[in-house]
Amino acid sequence: MSTHTNDYVPHAPGYVDNEGPKVVTSRFPYEDSFTMERSLATGGYEGLKAALAKSPAEVAQEVKDAVVLGRGGAGFPAGIKWGFMPNIWPRYLVVNGDESEPGTYKDRLLMERDPHQLIEGCMIACYALGLNQCFLYVRGEMPLAHERIATALNDAYAAGYVGKNVMDTDVSIDIVLHWGAGAYIVGEETALIESLEGNRGQPRLKPPYFPAAKGLYYQPTIVNNVETLANLPWLMVNGAEAYKQMGSEASPGTRMLAVSGHVKRPGVYEVEQGVVSFRELFYDDNFCGGIRDDNELKMFIPGGGSAPWFFEDQLDVPMEGRTVGAAGSMLGSGALVVMDETTDAVKACLRVVRFFARESCGKCTPCREGTSWEEKVLQRILDGHGRPEDIDLLLEIGSNISPGTYPVAAFGDEGLEAVPFPPKQTTICPLGPSSVAPITSAIRRFRDEFEAKIDASSDDAAEPVGAAAGGH
Amino acid sequence: MSRLNPANVTLAHEIISHYPKKKSALIPLLHLAQEQDGYVADDAMEHIAELVEVTPAEVLGTCSFYEMFKRHPVGTYMINVCTNIACQLMGGEELLHHAEETLGIRPGGTTDDGLFTLEDVECIAACTEAPCLQVNYRHEYRLSTDDFDALVADLRSGKRSDIPAHGTLGTVRQHIPADRRAGIRHPDDEGTPAWFASRQPAES
Repeated sequence: MSTHTNDYVPHAPGYVDNEGPKVVTSRFPYEDSFTMERSLATGGYEGLKAALAKSPAEVAQEVKDAVVLGRGGAGFPAGIKWGFMPNIWPRYLVVNGDESEPGTYKDRLLMERDPHQLIEGCMIACYALGLNQCFLYVRGEMPLAHERIATALNDAYAAGYVGKNVMDTDVSIDIVLHWGAGAYIVGEETALIESLEGNRGQPRLKPPYFPAAKGLYYQPTIVNNVETLANLPWLMVNGAEAYKQMGSEASPGTRMLAVSGHVKRPGVYEVEQGVVSFRELFYDDNFCGGIRDDNELKMFIPGGGSAPWFFEDQLDVPMEGRTVGAAGSMLGSGALVVMDETTDAVKACLRVVRFFARESCGKCTPCREGTSWEEKVLQRILDGHGRPEDIDLLLEIGSNISPGTYPVAAFGDEGLEAVPFPPKQTTICPLGPSSVAPITSAIRRFRDEFEAKIDASSDDAAEPVGAAAGGH
Repeated sequence: MSRLNPANVTLAHEIISHYPKKKSALIPLLHLAQEQDGYVADDAMEHIAELVEVTPAEVLGTCSFYEMFKRHPVGTYMINVCTNIACQLMGGEELLHHAEETLGIRPGGTTDDGLFTLEDVECIAACTEAPCLQVNYRHEYRLSTDDFDALVADLRSGKRSDIPAHGTLGTVRQHIPADRRAGIRHPDDEGTPAWFASRQPAES
C-alpha cells in the first residue's frame, strides 16, 4: 500500500529512548516508524476510530478534561483555545510546523519519524471542531518532513483515513500540506495565517486578538502546534484520566525536550511534565549524564532563544510551564541550551540577539530599529570598542521595546515581583521583546564580563558604531 | 529565465485547487518556480501572478520577504552553516570560518565554478547534533572541519546523488485524487457540515 520512495534517507537523529512513559515517541525506536504499515501495526488510527465513535462535543470535552497544554511555546490549554471558536462556518485548522525557535528540535522529529500520528491528530481535532479543511504548514527548510508527510497523506487518503467519507462514515475532511519559505516570524499565529494567505509573513495588528475568532480569511481558525496534535491519538485511545496520570496536576502528560549545548549526551527526550527537574535532566544518567568534561554549569536557556536565562539557582525547578514561569522564564518550545563555564556571556548574548535582529519582520519600529542597535552595540563591545555607557544603552534600548522591569531570573526576587512574564511590549508581537531577554539576563548576572571587555577596549572606542559592527 | 513549463502549469493548477483562495498557493508556486530554474525568475513571478490572479508586484512583495527564495542563480549546492546559539557553542562559527577559507567565499557568495554558494543561517532544528549544516536543505550533523572537507570532496566528485538540485524541496508531492476529496470550503460558503450538525447532541 505504501508509496514511500524515500526510505534511503537517514532518520533525523538525536532522539534518546530513555525510561518513562511515552505518548508521542512510542514508534521512534522503529526504523520504519514513518510508514503506514508500521503505524497500523502499532495502533495507528485507533485514536481516530475511537473519536469517530463519539460526538464531536465529547471529543472536545475529552481534550479539555485532559488539560492538553499547547506545546508550541505559550503553553495555553488546547481545549480552552478550541472553545474560543464562535459558531461560524467555514472554520479552519492550521498546524504550526514552522519550528525555528533557536534550540528547538522536536516537531521535525515528529513530522519525519511519525507523520501518521500527526495526521491522525489533525483529523481528531478537525472532527471535534467540525472542520472540513486543515492546512499543515511545514517549515520550508525541512524537505524530508515534506516527503514523509506527503507520502503519509497520499497513503492515508488512499486508505480512507483522510478525505471523503473517513473510515466509511459521512465525515469528510481534507488535509493540505503547505510549505513555508524561511521566516522565523511565521511561527507567530497571525503571521502564519498571513503567510498561508500568500502574503508577507508579518503579524496582524490586534485586535482581533485571537485567530479562533478571526483567522484564515478572517474566518474562525485554530492554530495548533505539531506536538500538541500528536498527543491526541494516544488521548483518544486511553482517555483523559489515563493522560492525567502522567505529569503534574497543572501540566499533565509528557513533553519533548531538546537538550543541546555543553552536556555529555545532548538529545531529545520525552519526559513527564513537572516531574523531572532541570538538575535531573542535565545530570542524571537516564538523561544527559552531566556537563561536558565535568565542567561547571554557567547558565542555561530553559525554553528557546526567547526565554530569559536560568542559572545554578534554578536547577531544582520542576519542568512545567507554571513553575518555570514563576521562576522568571518560560519552558516555551522545550528547547534547553546548556552553557558551561567556558562560555563567553557577551558572545552568547550577541548571538541570540543577532537572531532576533535578522528575523525581525520590520513592521514595528521599536523592534526593527531596536534589535539591530542591540546587535551593533553588543558587537562593538565584543570587538573591543565598547564604551562605558554601552551597558546602560543596551538596557535602555531594551526598555523601549519592552518597558518596565524585565522579570528575568537573573534579577532575583526584586525583578520577579515587579511584573509578570510575559513583559509589556511596544510591538505587535513578542519577537522584539524576546531580544531583551538575553540582554537583561547576561548584563544582570555577568555585568563584570561586559565591564571587563569595555575596560580593555582600545582608544579608538570613538569609532562610529556602524563601522564597528559591519552589517549583514 | 522562464515562465513555468507546461508540466509545471498542470502542477500549479493542481496546487491552486487545494486552497479556498488562489493567492494561498503563492508560496508553493514560488517553490515550484525555484525548483524549475534553481531560482525565482522575474518571468516566473509574472506567470505566477497570472495563475493566482494578483499583480506581479504582489508576487514580488511576498517573494522578497522569504529567505529561501533566491532571485538570482545560486551554486549547484547551497551550503547553509548554522551558527545560532546551540551550534555556536559546539563550534558552528569555526565551521563557517573553515568553510569560508576552504571555498574561498564569504556567506552569500558563490564559487567561480558555480558549484557552491555559502550561507550563514539561523537555527535549522538539529540542535542536539551541533554543529550542523544543510546542503540544498538536506541536513548534515556533528561536522568537524575534516568532515566538511570530505563532504565538499564528495559533492565535487558527484558522490552525493541523494542531494537534489537547489530548489527541489520534497521529492514526493501530495496528490489528492478527485474521488477522495472532501471538497474545499470557500470563506463565503457558510453553513455547518451536515456530518457535524447531525452528530452534535440536540440542544435542550
